[in-house]
Amino acid sequence: MTAAIQFDQLRLPPECEKLRDEVRAFIAEETEGGSIKPTGATGGDSFSREFSRKVGAKGWLGMTWPKKYGGHERTFLERYVVTEELRVANAPTRLHFVADRQSGPILLKYAPEHIKMKVLPAICRGECCFAIGMSEPNSGSDLFAARTKATKTDGGWLINGTKIWTSNAHQADYMIGLFRTSAPTKENRRHGLTQFLVDMKTKGITCNPVYQITGHHDFNEVVFEDAFVPDDHVLGEIDGAWKQATSELAYERSGPERFLETYYVLEELVRVLGPDPDVRGAEGLGRLVAQLHTLRRMSVSVAGMLHAGKEPVLEAAIVKDVGTIWEQRLPHRARELAAFSEPEATNQIPFDKKLAYATTIAPKLTIQGGTTEVLRGIIARGLGLR
Amino acid sequence: MSETSAIVAETAARIFEDLADPQTVNQAKDESWQAPLWSSLEESGLTLAWVPDTLGGAGAALSDGFEVVKVAGRFAATVPLAETLLAGWLLSEAGLPSPTGAMTVAPSRWSDELKIDAAGVLTGKARNVPFGKSAEYIAVLADGPSGPVVALVKLSDVRPSDGHNLAGDSSVEIIFDKIKAVAHAAAPAGLDRQRFMLLGATVRANQMAGALETVLAITTRYAGERVAFEKTISKFQAVQHNLARLAGETAAAVAAAGSAADTFANGILDDRFFLEAAGAKVRVSEAATEGASIGHQVHGAIGFTKEHILHRFTLRLWSWRDDFGNESDWAVRLGRMIAAKGADELWPLVASR
Repeated sequence: MTAAIQFDQLRLPPECEKLRDEVRAFIAEETEGGSIKPTGATGGDSFSREFSRKVGAKGWLGMTWPKKYGGHERTFLERYVVTEELRVANAPTRLHFVADRQSGPILLKYAPEHIKMKVLPAICRGECCFAIGMSEPNSGSDLFAARTKATKTDGGWLINGTKIWTSNAHQADYMIGLFRTSAPTKENRRHGLTQFLVDMKTKGITCNPVYQITGHHDFNEVVFEDAFVPDDHVLGEIDGAWKQATSELAYERSGPERFLETYYVLEELVRVLGPDPDVRGAEGLGRLVAQLHTLRRMSVSVAGMLHAGKEPVLEAAIVKDVGTIWEQRLPHRARELAAFSEPEATNQIPFDKKLAYATTIAPKLTIQGGTTEVLRGIIARGLGLR
Repeated sequence: MSETSAIVAETAARIFEDLADPQTVNQAKDESWQAPLWSSLEESGLTLAWVPDTLGGAGAALSDGFEVVKVAGRFAATVPLAETLLAGWLLSEAGLPSPTGAMTVAPSRWSDELKIDAAGVLTGKARNVPFGKSAEYIAVLADGPSGPVVALVKLSDVRPSDGHNLAGDSSVEIIFDKIKAVAHAAAPAGLDRQRFMLLGATVRANQMAGALETVLAITTRYAGERVAFEKTISKFQAVQHNLARLAGETAAAVAAAGSAADTFANGILDDRFFLEAAGAKVRVSEAATEGASIGHQVHGAIGFTKEHILHRFTLRLWSWRDDFGNESDWAVRLGRMIAAKGADELWPLVASR
């Protein structure tokens, strides 16, 4: 009976803890200066050019990338510390987060040198916002149903079709889009899709807002009408995008953002329950903290295994499955535990405010970046069931 | 895992495979398989892994012992290996040598009241003592006149009640009615009831993580073999999702238990160990509740029979939740600690691990 699931006992090395102190000092300064608002629930979802530039100036974007592209050649574990500290502080990271986490690494791997030299340094400076063009009106979890077309023309491609639920698109400088360049084959329905780097200022691209249940505008419908993308903006193999997506997903699935998105509610719950909670409050709080601690240990362990060159694909999918369900339930659990708190207490207002926001964003947590259902299919494959 | 830990774990696994194969043990008519298993574990030094050689043990690293405990959980073997390890550790901490033979420990419940006087005479009651019928000795952490005292008692000197846990392993009440300890010594500074319960919780959590690994393994295997509606049930999405959840619970258990063990083995004994050990017992117990239920659901009726080995793991998982503090108990203690520290201290504590 061999163990199929492995979690190496990694502790973050001393250089990470030194860096953590620097990040906390920066957060304290920015809180003082007003760019991080501890009372605002929407912080992590906010877009701030000024703040992202400051993070870039600190050297905390493109941390693991080569110096010649503006990167800092630091470790993946150091990046982990910056990500979790900024997330817990509710810092406005929306402008740079996607670019730093996943768009940059795709460019590093597949873009031609002159594109890398142009775009990556801008990401590292915190001046470049990316959107991900995957979902379409009739293609969500089933990516291979994508129909938005790229047709070959002189010197490039003409894009026609519609992407939807595209976060950031209205503010993004670029999109990494997945477009159909050939029909799928009988043998391989995944064939025929290609990744492109799209400049969002390109003529023929229209962004229409799609308002979310939170009342915020984050989603967009992005319509392409003969939008021209030059040949050197093709990322990787034509018709072969499906081969490119899989290996990097472990980074995207197991990060601290996969369980910390509603963390602020837990902190406010501690304030509302006070220093001496009753048995019910204490037990509920204790369970939540035990669950959070476990998730973080799982996530750090996966980061350590990735850092060591392993491929913990199964473990990473598990972190996202368990982590997103946890952060989704957290506001509802907190609400129950605070049910008998003193309504006039000064801590109650910030709690109510943050709880309301977390409750409304909760449904998306198990949908974005791969639904629970899709993840469980991946876990089942990892277990050898399919 | 260090290289020596891996070797120790492998040694333990080989012994269990040879002498306590769950299928063989499940079909055994009596308990005659237990004696050869125990002698083999004893001869290879595993039972007293946490006792230094100067006190009669194998002097292995703490991390090695936790690996052994996890392997024992994978086989759900009915021998007091984890208890003897804990007893040996407790005695060694107080500078007392360990006897040969199986041992158990008290307390395993917060509510136990155990007192010892200056002459080494014990009074009080210990509940749910694991293997209290079959072990030869019990190591007790009792309240002495000037602080915690470690005492060794021969179990033939007391009269354990009958009683067993859900899996049928002995779990008894022992009344110490002015019982003279065979040996006793003051516990070192810092070793109090809480620290002992935290270590016990860490040990049980690792056994439980091992048992959950086996539940996942045999349930996955069964789903790939059992045919219904003309295909193996592993092809049904509903079954796949159940197994994915079981994998998630097992992963959480393995990660939390391993992390707490690693913390203790590295000599970290402050609030960080409290978070790790209490957190592990809470999370692993939750995983046991969920995980064992999924194992049964996927197995259907066959998993509900004596004949199938699944119950050897699931019933122990459910019972072990209660030893060395159940999840509700630890959650209340952890929650109170977090509340007393305040909201601003929560993240720094979590991030310190």
